[in-house]
Amino acid sequence: MSYPQYMRESIAKVEATRTQRLGETFPMLTAQEKQTLLENFHPDYIREGMRELKVGPNKGGRTPHELADLLEARSRLRSDSLNLEQIDYETDVLIIGGGGAGSAAALLAREAGAKVILATKLRHGDANTMMAQGGIQAADKETDTPAIHYLDVLGGGGFTNDPDLVEALVRDAPLVIQWLESLGAMFDKEPDGTMITIHGGGTSRKRMHSARDYSGAEIMRTLRDEVRSWPEDISIIEFSPAIELLMDENGRVAGAVLLNLETDEHLVVKAKCTIIATGGSGRLHYQDYATTNHYGATGDGLVLAYRVGARLSFIDTMQYHPTGAAFPEQIVGLLVTEKVRGLGAQVTNVDGAQFVYPRETRDAEASAIIRECQERGKGVTTPSGMKGVWLDSPMIDIIHGPGTVAKELPAMVRQFGRFDIDITKDPMLVYPTLHYQNGGIAIKPDCTTEIPGLYVAGEASGGVHGRNRLMGNSLLDVTVFGRRAGMTVGQRFRDVKLGELTLSHLDRWEKELEDAGLEPAVKSPLVLPDYTHKRR
Amino acid sequence: MATEDLIPIYIMDKRYEVPASLTIMKALEYAGYTLIRGAGCRAGFCGACATVFRTADDYRLKIGLACATMVEPGMRLAQIPFFPAPRGQYHLEELKSDISALLKVYPEVLRCLSCGTCTKVCPQEIDVKDYMADAMRGDIAKVADKSFDCIMCGLCAARCPAEEKQYQIAILARRLYGKYLAPTAEHLHKRVKEIAAGNFDEDLAKMKKLSQEELRKTYYSRDIEPE
Repeated sequence: MSYPQYMRESIAKVEATRTQRLGETFPMLTAQEKQTLLENFHPDYIREGMRELKVGPNKGGRTPHELADLLEARSRLRSDSLNLEQIDYETDVLIIGGGGAGSAAALLAREAGAKVILATKLRHGDANTMMAQGGIQAADKETDTPAIHYLDVLGGGGFTNDPDLVEALVRDAPLVIQWLESLGAMFDKEPDGTMITIHGGGTSRKRMHSARDYSGAEIMRTLRDEVRSWPEDISIIEFSPAIELLMDENGRVAGAVLLNLETDEHLVVKAKCTIIATGGSGRLHYQDYATTNHYGATGDGLVLAYRVGARLSFIDTMQYHPTGAAFPEQIVGLLVTEKVRGLGAQVTNVDGAQFVYPRETRDAEASAIIRECQERGKGVTTPSGMKGVWLDSPMIDIIHGPGTVAKELPAMVRQFGRFDIDITKDPMLVYPTLHYQNGGIAIKPDCTTEIPGLYVAGEASGGVHGRNRLMGNSLLDVTVFGRRAGMTVGQRFRDVKLGELTLSHLDRWEKELEDAGLEPAVKSPLVLPDYTHKRR
Repeated sequence: MATEDLIPIYIMDKRYEVPASLTIMKALEYAGYTLIRGAGCRAGFCGACATVFRTADDYRLKIGLACATMVEPGMRLAQIPFFPAPRGQYHLEELKSDISALLKVYPEVLRCLSCGTCTKVCPQEIDVKDYMADAMRGDIAKVADKSFDCIMCGLCAARCPAEEKQYQIAILARRLYGKYLAPTAEHLHKRVKEIAAGNFDEDLAKMKKLSQEELRKTYYSRDIEPE
């Protein structure tokens, strides 16, 4: 599976320019250049990719067709499908989603004395958190401050972010690193204990903390293990996604209906507080893009929240990670961590020439790669017809010394090594891949929503990243807001008095669909993508 | 895909014909399986898709992650999406960062025969036997370092004749290392205190008050820390 001869010829050009490029810095985009680039090449600006929603709190707002189809769909249940007097579980706090945000929320809610049920679609820890490689941002060095971090986040988000959410993010950042370490997460450090921090796209200070290139995995497995320390207080229900929220007669969210994927049984969970931490929606494959996301990333939480009247924000913008694998075929779309560029690797075209500063914000970096391949015809075409550009990983060992790639990027070395590509010696072919849902359910800094009883944290929420998230701010987002959601419900659950359970919002939803003239054949949430090959 | 050569594979001994270019995971889906267990990140990080197989004309039992292993003609495979190896019950703050922790939670650690089956079976190519030897010596730091790339797929535990739960021992060691043995990041603790004391409040408030125009100007003229 190593590179075919014609690709090797292009690699030879990358090698030929390498020494010269080591001393070159490609100029960063100006504000105007960046805007023009985005408008012409970023998938968010392709008008045909989106449509206006006809129903719900975001009526009139735009979102990709694939998400619109699910937001405008019918429920899998009817209001009278289930006997809601038969309650399977009753708890203080129900957390839907077992990734980084849900796990952090569970720990903080427990600390506050709540009994918690954590329900998850697949296994506890099957989440985008597990797959994050590059790192987590925090302004904890002398040269850095939360305000500088704040400025970087807003600039990255196109100055559209919710300032209060960003303030919460940057203010809590050092605290969550400290918290994670107290739980035993192993961050990369100098022998004297100083955190090793590097740049990411759009950072003005080196504040990317990492755990080799298993940063998310290290955080996720640590949180998961800690959650499992408290079985008396936190019950984990795996393979049981929520398929509808429950409400009480007073219009408060009061738990959810879970579907046991292995028995097809419905489970009624009554909860004083409900936290949606269901993550993103890359598996909807917006505009037919391959994705870096985990198998369960189908935007279920957005659908559930929308149906009870929660407003979504920034759902017209998705993040396309600049460097998804473009070769070999078997790993197309898989994440090649931004840490590769953070360590100094440049991006070059088929001729071995740079065409973009390697650490532009992701929206701009991805757009530049799309332009290089689609408009300028300077990409490398793979045997399967895909296009890509080179990410010159061998530069890293030249800059930082032999062995750096192996030490800092073991997951990447292994990933490509399985297909006989040695990234310490040869560059990787990359193309943008669907990576992140920039928006989601609108929240306040305490993770409350406009709907009583409903809280949201992590990728399922919207506002903190504006129109583009910076690298290292999603692991930060899930831990900061996961903790905040846990603390908020921890303060509130004791005062909650629930009325009678109901699914009557589904009748209102049906009526709304009918009034809008919609007759959707689709039922949502999707739960899992269908990848089976259809023979007939 | 229509023109691509199909090859026979045997999923739990049932024959299917699938394109030769697929990973085992995609071949299962091509064959018609909707995976519920046995698929997670689909990218080699989560350990959900451990798979055992034999290939034609080879007596040896092979292993791989379904998401990262190609099909071969005549391959006979089954996924091991779950293997019972529960974590021991402990609270990290009640343990010491030495061998006493391992012996308390996983006393069976000393039953390791050093046979190396675990090392042979690890899809991450971790020398599991080696870190188990470190574990038996109580060298927490070495276990933590050597096991770092573990994705907790559980194949080591599934194949272990001594019935160890290697990957659970490893995460205990890593957490002990991270909490107690890693050198302290003084600058981090200092910064947390500074934030709690309100040292940056004014700074942040000023930034938040900037108009859109001022904000843009500040952003595009900000200095970038050199490499």
